[in-house]
Amino acid sequence: MIDLNKNYDVIVVGGGHNGLICATYLAKSGRKVLVIEANQSLGGASATSEFSDQFSVSSCAHWLFQLNPDVASDMGLNKQGLELAARDLNTIALAEDGNHLIIDGDNLEGAGISDEDRVAFVAFNKQILKFAKLLSGAFNRRAPKLVEGNLTDRITLAKLGLGMKMLGKDDMSDLMRLALINIYDVMEENFDNELLKAAISLDSLLGSHMGPRSPNTVYGYFYRRMGDIYGFSGPAVVKGGMGAVGEAMAKAARASGVDIEAGTAVSKINIDIDRATGVTLADGRVVDAGFVVSNADPKTTFNKLVGLTNIETGIARRVKAVRMKGDAAKLHIALDSLPTFAGLSEQQMGQRLLIAPTMNYIEKAFNHSKYGEYSAAPAMDISIPTIHDTSLAPEGKHVMSVIVQFAPYELEGGWNDENKEVFKQLVIDRIADYAPDLKDKIVASELLTPADLEERFHIHGGHWHHGEISLDQILTMRPFPGASQYGTSVDGLFLCGAGTHPGGGVMGLAGHNAAKEIIKRGKSA
Amino acid sequence: MNNHSFLWTGDLIFGILNSNIKKTERRLTLADCLEWLNLMKKYDAIIIGAGHNGLTNAAYLAKAGLDVLVLEKNGYIGGATVSRELYPNWKYSNCSYVCSLLRPEIIRDLELPRHGLQVVPYGGGVTFKENGDYLGAHADHERMLRELARHSKRDASAYERYEADVMKQTRLIRPFLMRTPPDPTSLKPRDLKELSVLAKSFGSMGEEALADTMRFWTMSIGDFLDEYFETDVIKAHLAGSGIIGTALGVYSPGTAYVLLHHYMGDVDGSVGAWGFARGGMGAVSAALSASFQSFGGTIQCDAEVAQIIVKNGKAKGVALANGDELYADIVVSNLDPKRTFLKIMDEGDLPADVVKKAKNFKIRGSSGKLNIALDGLPTFTGLPKDSPLCLGEKHFSDSLPKMERAYDEWKDGTWSKDPYVDMLIPTQIDPTMAPPGKHMMSVFVQYAPPKIHGGDWTAEDKAGFEKTVIDQISNYSPDFKDLILHCETRTPQDIENEVGLTEGNIFMGELTFDQLLFNRPFPGYAQYRGPVKGMYMCSSGTHPGGGVMAAPGANAAREILMDLKLTNTVPGGYDDD
Repeated sequence: MIDLNKNYDVIVVGGGHNGLICATYLAKSGRKVLVIEANQSLGGASATSEFSDQFSVSSCAHWLFQLNPDVASDMGLNKQGLELAARDLNTIALAEDGNHLIIDGDNLEGAGISDEDRVAFVAFNKQILKFAKLLSGAFNRRAPKLVEGNLTDRITLAKLGLGMKMLGKDDMSDLMRLALINIYDVMEENFDNELLKAAISLDSLLGSHMGPRSPNTVYGYFYRRMGDIYGFSGPAVVKGGMGAVGEAMAKAARASGVDIEAGTAVSKINIDIDRATGVTLADGRVVDAGFVVSNADPKTTFNKLVGLTNIETGIARRVKAVRMKGDAAKLHIALDSLPTFAGLSEQQMGQRLLIAPTMNYIEKAFNHSKYGEYSAAPAMDISIPTIHDTSLAPEGKHVMSVIVQFAPYELEGGWNDENKEVFKQLVIDRIADYAPDLKDKIVASELLTPADLEERFHIHGGHWHHGEISLDQILTMRPFPGASQYGTSVDGLFLCGAGTHPGGGVMGLAGHNAAKEIIKRGKSA
Repeated sequence: MNNHSFLWTGDLIFGILNSNIKKTERRLTLADCLEWLNLMKKYDAIIIGAGHNGLTNAAYLAKAGLDVLVLEKNGYIGGATVSRELYPNWKYSNCSYVCSLLRPEIIRDLELPRHGLQVVPYGGGVTFKENGDYLGAHADHERMLRELARHSKRDASAYERYEADVMKQTRLIRPFLMRTPPDPTSLKPRDLKELSVLAKSFGSMGEEALADTMRFWTMSIGDFLDEYFETDVIKAHLAGSGIIGTALGVYSPGTAYVLLHHYMGDVDGSVGAWGFARGGMGAVSAALSASFQSFGGTIQCDAEVAQIIVKNGKAKGVALANGDELYADIVVSNLDPKRTFLKIMDEGDLPADVVKKAKNFKIRGSSGKLNIALDGLPTFTGLPKDSPLCLGEKHFSDSLPKMERAYDEWKDGTWSKDPYVDMLIPTQIDPTMAPPGKHMMSVFVQYAPPKIHGGDWTAEDKAGFEKTVIDQISNYSPDFKDLILHCETRTPQDIENEVGLTEGNIFMGELTFDQLLFNRPFPGYAQYRGPVKGMYMCSSGTHPGGGVMAAPGANAAREILMDLKLTNTVPGGYDDD
């Protein structure tokens, strides 16, 4: 609730998980903070929605696998009721003949996996985690400026540099090569098993507009594996769906003194010449504050809320250049009972299931999205959370949540109900190749394209990460040069969402880092 | 040699020869002795491969006073920098076909013009549109702007900003072409110093400019162009330089950097200009060879090297395919890294990591070529016959998605059915390549894979590929097919077989950052020294990479002379921008 008598120090626009985290840290530092969220529920794209009578599903992200543990503990999320229905799940790369590949931490089973691949996998994981650990040292700090940085930045760079040297000559050489290469070539160099290569490739590009052969994808893989550094040896299912994460964070925020106004949209961030002064709400009310922190993506922030006419041309051009066209759709299915996947036990059906038989399959699916087409043979990440969490559906019934790659944000000719239905059926057919009785059990289904995700979660392009996590849009270039340390060219206006360093996913570091930066700058910002 | 050792040697030789007499059963002659002595002769350096980098490397070593031998498997020198008369009275630059990247420092220093090299710049080019229109790229700046404005006024005004931004990036890397890359993993003073030179150069740019440079190096050419231009054909015309010779598409990250490889050369100081070597690209090799020989060097053709001889961890010389052995303490390979380490060196002589890295070195071919003898000059509909645009390069892909689809087909293991071509008729400027009134056409094609769906190219495949290209050109030139007297079609497989470029990759290794600068050919071996003492690399598989630059050969020579503690004869970068 907005208390118009309070003189808020900070207004956080958007109650996504990063916004709530940022608000909490700021409130703990003694500031008076207000979070304003357009949707009724909090958590942004970490959300649960009832998509069919009595059937609920995580409507965007559906696994928790890289939440930073320090942030989780600072927020006291366990105390606020966040519960995991299952954790450290396996990843099962499905094979049409039922001979699936099971990835359990360092272990590989099934699919005729060779001993060479097993040994290579252990070595590969070891090296990747070494590199991810190195990178994590730069994740919970602001992105260092390379040339004009101050002492803080120099320390981060020195840490990174020293860390790299400490890797030893061989690992350091490997890192220099891996950071810049594509996952397809790395897979070909290391492994034989097609399912294994495809599964790792898919991991490196979920949520992105890239294929396995696109340079940059190995960085995407490092990013994904950050979860291992944060204590996850596999994805987790949150009880109540991902919306429970948002709820727990909102409770934590309120417990720290943050005021939260939900169901109210901000229509404008008010600027007086070059200083942010507060916000104007959709209903016309004006709320003033010395600092405005936007949890919205950079394009929404600058194009919609600030208005391009209120910033200089150079910045406007930079905002325009940020690449954030989403390519991941969500398919939600309400099921009358559990379908049968050939070769999978019920317990296995509760693991993370992938449909990506080969890297070329993924590449072909990606090809279509470059031309504004969807693919009839998409790659998928499937979750049936009701196996662990019965609260999402009536007894004995289930929900299936599917991430579908690739479905372009801007379909040639535009998405409409007709082509959405066609695409949805294609995706269902594809899953039915692995679970033949699926269609008979479908009670209801919905497909959310990136355009739908944009509308629902107010993310431009429907892009999960508020901007591609590619080498030209990370660190000192994220979201764009000049705005890479959460501040912007407008005094008092900050960014704290996934569009800032380190990036997206339900990680919580963007919000954390932004808060630290604002606190650091104190009154001088 | 004093009398003692001479006699001793003579005794030794006589003894050895005599022991052989039992096998040959023929009388020993003086000729035999002399031949034996000749074979026992030791050169100061042996260069394997008379490609342009090998010749450059050899020239600088010879200039420093070394006794240098260059060995070439073919009957002709030049590698992929050749002019070949493959049809009576026609000369084909049948691999590389235009000149720009050849380092001016080397041209001047080795006196290549004195040895016959003359590069004539050509201006402009054109991309034909499917709807009959075209985009002309004029050498004259004002004319270019007017032509761009004809398509889009906005793009015309963006063009100057685009050119300036690309030039900024070009200026940044040019000084590093003639420098040995530092090894970031080492703590040696030299590497630290070189790293600080790099850091200083980047540091002086300021944070935003540095960030822009990093963006530029990691972006795709498609995304980069999307930031400036709105017109499809303009983007398509400019994007070609980002994918020529690569196994990447216009939307693949890293292709904006490749653009620089096509902009950072010059012709007589005009940065970014391209030209024809008079007499074809073979003139470059001929001039390099003449320069080399003027310093006392020797070239032997029809001398394929089968093995680098290594004893006790040191290079001792080479063994030829015919069994002959030639000796030198310095052996420089101008072959690509895969061929060098996996074909002509014994796995037992190499550290395990080098073998693995050589196997992982990416050198996939993606380009094909058609070299065509024409009975006259073809007409291109939509372009007046006397338009200056006819003199330049011609392309027939008018949008980025078209070019990207061509790449998709390469990934799929087949040639592009609607390929991107870079087509030129050099005889309009250099009449020496064909009889009077007749013409030579060079068609560079992207994309063609090294194997078709995993198998070798068949005759049908090649014919299909040839037909695809000829049909595409015919769509824009109605009299073209009738003028064809002869067509030499080259797939990556042909390029490999003839020139020795593994998998037919024209840059001798893909130009992606995981294989550039201190990663080229592999991390730890990016300073021209091989893993065996006395063995070096000087090919385009080393920094700064492929294209007819001669910089790898020169940089390698500098390192060799440094190791020999001889005075350096190799010039540094000019920095004369």
